[in-house]
Amino acid sequence: MAQLLLEILSEEIPARMQARAAEDLKRLVCDGLKKEDLTFDKVEAYVTPRRLALVIDGLPEKIEDSTEERKGPQVGAADKAIEGFLKSAGLTSVDECEIREVKGKEFYFAVIETKGRPTAEVLAENLADAIAALPWPKSMRWGAGEVRWVRPLHSILCLFAGAVVPITHGGIKAGAVTQGHRFLAPGEIKVKDFKDYEAKLKKAKVILDSSQRAEMIKEGAEKLTAAEGLRLRDDPALLAEVAGLVEWPVPLIGAIDGEFMELPAEVLSESMRAHQKYFALETEDGKLAPRFITVANIETKDGGAAIIAGNECVLRARLADARFFWDRDRQASLESRVAKLGEIVFHAKLGTVAEKVDRMESLAAELCEFIPSADRDKARSAAHLAKADLTTAMVAEFPGLQGIMGRYYALNDGEHADVADAIAAHYSPAGPNDTCPMEPTAIAVALADKIDTLVGFFAIDEKPTGSRDPFALRRAALGVIRIITENGLRVPLFEVFAEANNLYPPGVSAGNVMSSSQASPDIGVVSHDLLSFFADRLKVQMRGTGVRHDLIEAVFATPKPEGGAEDDLVRLLARVEALSAFLDTEDGANLLTAHKRAANIVAIEEKKDNTTYGGKIARDLLEQAEEVALFEALDVARGRLQALLAAEDFTGAMAELAKLRPPLDAFFDSVTVNCDNELLRANRLALLGQIRAALDTVAEFSQIEG
Amino acid sequence: MAGDRGGAARAVPSFQQLILTLQAYWAERGCVLLQPYDMEMGAGTFHPATALRALGPEPWRCAYVQPCRRPADGRYGDNPNRLQHYYQFQVVLKPSPDDVQDMYLGSLAALGIASDLHDIRFVEDDWESPTLGAWGLGWEVWCDGMEVTQFTYFQQVGGFECSPVTAELTYGLERLAMYVQGVENVYDLDWNGEGISYGDVFLQNEREFSAYNFEHADTDALMDGFAKAQVECRALLDAKLALPAYDQCIKASHMFNLLDARGVISVTERAAYMGRVRDLAKDCCAAWLASRDGQNKAAGG
Repeated sequence: MAQLLLEILSEEIPARMQARAAEDLKRLVCDGLKKEDLTFDKVEAYVTPRRLALVIDGLPEKIEDSTEERKGPQVGAADKAIEGFLKSAGLTSVDECEIREVKGKEFYFAVIETKGRPTAEVLAENLADAIAALPWPKSMRWGAGEVRWVRPLHSILCLFAGAVVPITHGGIKAGAVTQGHRFLAPGEIKVKDFKDYEAKLKKAKVILDSSQRAEMIKEGAEKLTAAEGLRLRDDPALLAEVAGLVEWPVPLIGAIDGEFMELPAEVLSESMRAHQKYFALETEDGKLAPRFITVANIETKDGGAAIIAGNECVLRARLADARFFWDRDRQASLESRVAKLGEIVFHAKLGTVAEKVDRMESLAAELCEFIPSADRDKARSAAHLAKADLTTAMVAEFPGLQGIMGRYYALNDGEHADVADAIAAHYSPAGPNDTCPMEPTAIAVALADKIDTLVGFFAIDEKPTGSRDPFALRRAALGVIRIITENGLRVPLFEVFAEANNLYPPGVSAGNVMSSSQASPDIGVVSHDLLSFFADRLKVQMRGTGVRHDLIEAVFATPKPEGGAEDDLVRLLARVEALSAFLDTEDGANLLTAHKRAANIVAIEEKKDNTTYGGKIARDLLEQAEEVALFEALDVARGRLQALLAAEDFTGAMAELAKLRPPLDAFFDSVTVNCDNELLRANRLALLGQIRAALDTVAEFSQIEG
Repeated sequence: MAGDRGGAARAVPSFQQLILTLQAYWAERGCVLLQPYDMEMGAGTFHPATALRALGPEPWRCAYVQPCRRPADGRYGDNPNRLQHYYQFQVVLKPSPDDVQDMYLGSLAALGIASDLHDIRFVEDDWESPTLGAWGLGWEVWCDGMEVTQFTYFQQVGGFECSPVTAELTYGLERLAMYVQGVENVYDLDWNGEGISYGDVFLQNEREFSAYNFEHADTDALMDGFAKAQVECRALLDAKLALPAYDQCIKASHMFNLLDARGVISVTERAAYMGRVRDLAKDCCAAWLASRDGQNKAAGG
């Protein structure tokens, strides 16, 4: 068994592309090996700012000779069949086939012999292909060459069983050498195998494994932080990025000039993070500390003193800029900035941000009806100012501070704290880990913003497809779901969608003619599309909590108690939870089976007779005791179900359904539905039809799998 | 702390010494030393020695200082870091040499920035000039967290593929000098080592031009000028005069920048203006390529 070691050394690879490139290289090489039926024990890919590396252990040193026999058509079969066989076996004439007798008949046999060959030879072809096929998000040419890579290539190291595999890419021939750290240990390093490679790189100040580099950064940073009695603010995304910027991580601690500590904390941390990749530190009580951690790529004889001084100086310049924006932005009120939003296009077909803000104001006010203790005026004011900070210099410089700066500027203008907080919170939740707005004003604005966006884009048919979701509509829908359910709001979504739609001008809104040739979809259609979009989001979200997607489907298909499609997410989730718990019980599982049986029979007979069963049941035609028992049980259950459903006691409703199980089982055990007496048969089918209908008021059981 | 970041007892280079050092360094590496282009432009890339010479097959190496005008960046001399007029030191190498990174690091060493004492990093930065129809991949080079150079491998200019590829190094001279001199306000930079500061030379310039850019520039005249430059550029292209046509394109671009600083261009108009400059730039590049073809043939015959 032998080892393959591949390293591609280039100029600095963008941090954001590194992990993906290592995975891609691994996948491409492994796929190639699979095609050649080459097996191995273990594969690992590594990446640093300058190198992509791959090691595969346990490869055979050569591929043995092999013989494969293939049985073909009978002698004398149609020419077409014989030709096809020859082609598939890679032969040109039947003369190359053997004729063998099988059970008294003669068949053609192809004997395909494959010459074995050294693995190295296979690898040489395979690796060159994999390197050429590696997909970079952006690649480039350099010098006078035509080959593309993420940045210019410098060398390729490729060893199999200790010997160089002679591959070439972009005019570079593979060898057995690599290079150490650009500054700390420049120069060539000759290596034998992976162990040697990793060890020599470490000696040459290169840590090959990015998770190890991240670990070193974290440990080093925590040590420096603890020494000052501070805490490192957790930032996994930044840690991963910084680990991709250095081969030899050296965390250093620097100071933020005290004069800048009066700036909003978010401005400080964003200045440090976005531009400088510094980690923020905090004091015991969670406040931003006047210190930062930067990670250098080298050790210096002055212990990093010059590097720290340089970084502190850069930070001062950055923060001086930020302070300039902070001072200048506060000279104009948010109110005075609203008009400027007319210059920012929200979407070419959906108008400007100013127009969006107008719609958000009305919608936020309307939504207050469904938000306990919400104040329409405050919601309106907050919506009015929500986007105004997009015109500030600070947000232009740090887009990540949108909303947050709006809050500061609103407070500065003397706006009500609820209004200011709502401005800050209205973009939330921005992701699964972000918190939801919980204050009435913030809820109103956050919902209005997202629903306006969703309805608008659905009305102009700009829906997400596959992995493409350029307007982050999935995130907006998930946000609406979370805000509504986490706050327990009873929002009739269809009504709200229609309201949001009406706020768009004719020509954009659904239900209007967009142009002479193209009519926009009806608002009913848009609302239904949106709701099923919500259902899909809910399925994805609930998958994590173990709720089956078919249950969500079943509940979405269940009409509201007062009729019409269900659009109340809180009730919907309560139903899903009750249903999920019910189906986990024995009664639930059995009732589901019984429902299926009943529904099947009724459906088959309905089709046969071209009618619908489920109408009135003739009491006097119920002959058998089991029929009567089921009828009576159903009668009792129906009355109770209605009350329980009206009270939204879905667990109670399920329990009521469970009581139907014994009489239903007994019915199926002893009653023949399709009897010869046509009247009896119709009556029994009607009974089953009503059972089906009763169950379906609780949840559309036919949508449930299993 | 001021000053000696270069370590040991090395003298701190003045602003002009920095330029002289870079010129000498790159001249030794085969660069033709040019002087600034005599027109207002937003970046050294607009100089025909970069924008046009990056096209076509002929090898080319040059270096020059280019004053850059970014009207919207004016701060009336109040901001220690932002200027509406500043200098770039521009190096172009075509085809890009295999050791261009090492050559570049050598230039930093020549300026007294030792790579064993400072944290020098190549951080992803894709470059794109929407008005030139140009793009490339490369990095911004960081020295102890400060961006000191833009390093780009040109892939396209004027919509045309660059083959061979040109490496472009753009040093931000003021920033670099502030770093090397340990100065935190650009106006405090030592210009000549004999008592003249950057402020002595340029503070009044920044104040007056900020006022001009933001308050006094005649927008009607500028709009008119933009339109006229566009017309003249087209006429010169018809006459197959690539270089004079390109001058008009540069002129239009600068007038657009001024109009932008005056705040009279709306967001939608902005894209349209940039599109117009880009169209001119593309056609100038095409004309340049065509004219070079002709010359090559003439030289060959």
